[in-house]
Amino acid sequence: MADAHMKPIVILGTGLAGYTVAREFRKLEQETPLVMLSADDGGYYSKPMLSNALAQGKSADALLLSSADQMASQLHAEIYPNAEVSAIEPDAQRVRFNNTELEYQHLVLALGADPFRLPLQGDAVDAVLSVNDRADYARFRTAIEGKKRIVILGGGLIGCEFANDLTIAGYQVSIIDIGTHPLGRLVPEEIGRVMRDKLMTIGVDWHLGQSVTAVDHANDGLRITLSSDKLLEADVVLSAIGLRPRITLAAAAGLILNRGIVTDRHLTTSSMHISALGDCAEVSGLVLPFVMPLMAAARNLAKTLAGDTTAVHYPAMPVVVKTPSCPLVISPPAANAEGTWHIEASDSGTEALFRATDGALLGYALIGTATAHKQAFTKQLPAVLP
Amino acid sequence: MKKWQCVVCGFIYNEADGLPDEGITAGTAWTNIPEDWACPECGVSKADFEMVEMA
Repeated sequence: MADAHMKPIVILGTGLAGYTVAREFRKLEQETPLVMLSADDGGYYSKPMLSNALAQGKSADALLLSSADQMASQLHAEIYPNAEVSAIEPDAQRVRFNNTELEYQHLVLALGADPFRLPLQGDAVDAVLSVNDRADYARFRTAIEGKKRIVILGGGLIGCEFANDLTIAGYQVSIIDIGTHPLGRLVPEEIGRVMRDKLMTIGVDWHLGQSVTAVDHANDGLRITLSSDKLLEADVVLSAIGLRPRITLAAAAGLILNRGIVTDRHLTTSSMHISALGDCAEVSGLVLPFVMPLMAAARNLAKTLAGDTTAVHYPAMPVVVKTPSCPLVISPPAANAEGTWHIEASDSGTEALFRATDGALLGYALIGTATAHKQAFTKQLPAVLP
Repeated sequence: MKKWQCVVCGFIYNEADGLPDEGITAGTAWTNIPEDWACPECGVSKADFEMVEMA
């Protein structure tokens, strides 16, 4: 029987990371009280679906898989929506939120990440949108309703996914990126060029090698000024520059930080009763804001929380980019990997393989029909965290 | 033959095609896929009811 005075495990965050830990934990253990604090309505949805929901005609409501109430009963957890957490007190093992406080036996930080905001000039900077959660998606859907021209800031994975989705849905899309090719350092230039050309074929207008200096209101929408002084007009500007781990609360609590909240292989932060995972965490030196590492981390952490201390092991984790007009799967080499890209291009697909001098495969980017070989190449890749 | 979609990443499992790369032969019904199987694109487990019937 649960001890009525047993302190709960508290999870900050109800995104994929928070809910997956909770669900995996409940598969192993039903007695320990579980409390989850959510910054939003606590509804369960899949964040990766935000960047390809439009062409499928999905509203923000249609993306909701379960409400907070449904999750609370499924997980046998207490879930507080709209919780404003003001402080974490590691020594007292306590969090403060909504003018109350809560003691924990263990705290899990599943806080997610914030979109980067470019420093911009102009009188319409506040009109620049980003889509980082379901509420953002709802705002974005409202903003583009009955509109036509959309400018996307950033031609990375998310920028390309949105561009593809919006174009299929009938919008006129321009992308501005500072690089000479899309997808930045994740892929070799040849692959980036294929993405550029394919998206151009379906109607995307590229402005590469340029940055945005200002966004202003114009007579009929927004005016975007580029570093080349070129002007673009748009109805909506969507920023997709990248993500920054949410570390403010952890910083104020004195936890060790680097790019993210630093954890060891057990997902433990510098405070032994606090763990972190997902987009806010830097696990053994790696910030990996993708679903697959998050799932692996959540399963491991659930075991650890249930008393079976388990280190995280990451296999090779390819990322499938949701650009249906130009299928792409990437498994970038480790930051310190030494080797060279070997590129083989055909009319229908390009295979870029990053090999060490001894020939070992360390990473890849497969585009078009080359994506069919994903499984065979993945088997040859080294584990990300052995 | 049915199709099942991963609600987290959108991956589609088509029973008619199976997943020969993973040793799941064409024609394998969803119910016959092992419970510890995970979505090849995002790692979500089958047991988590993350797949929805499409048609």
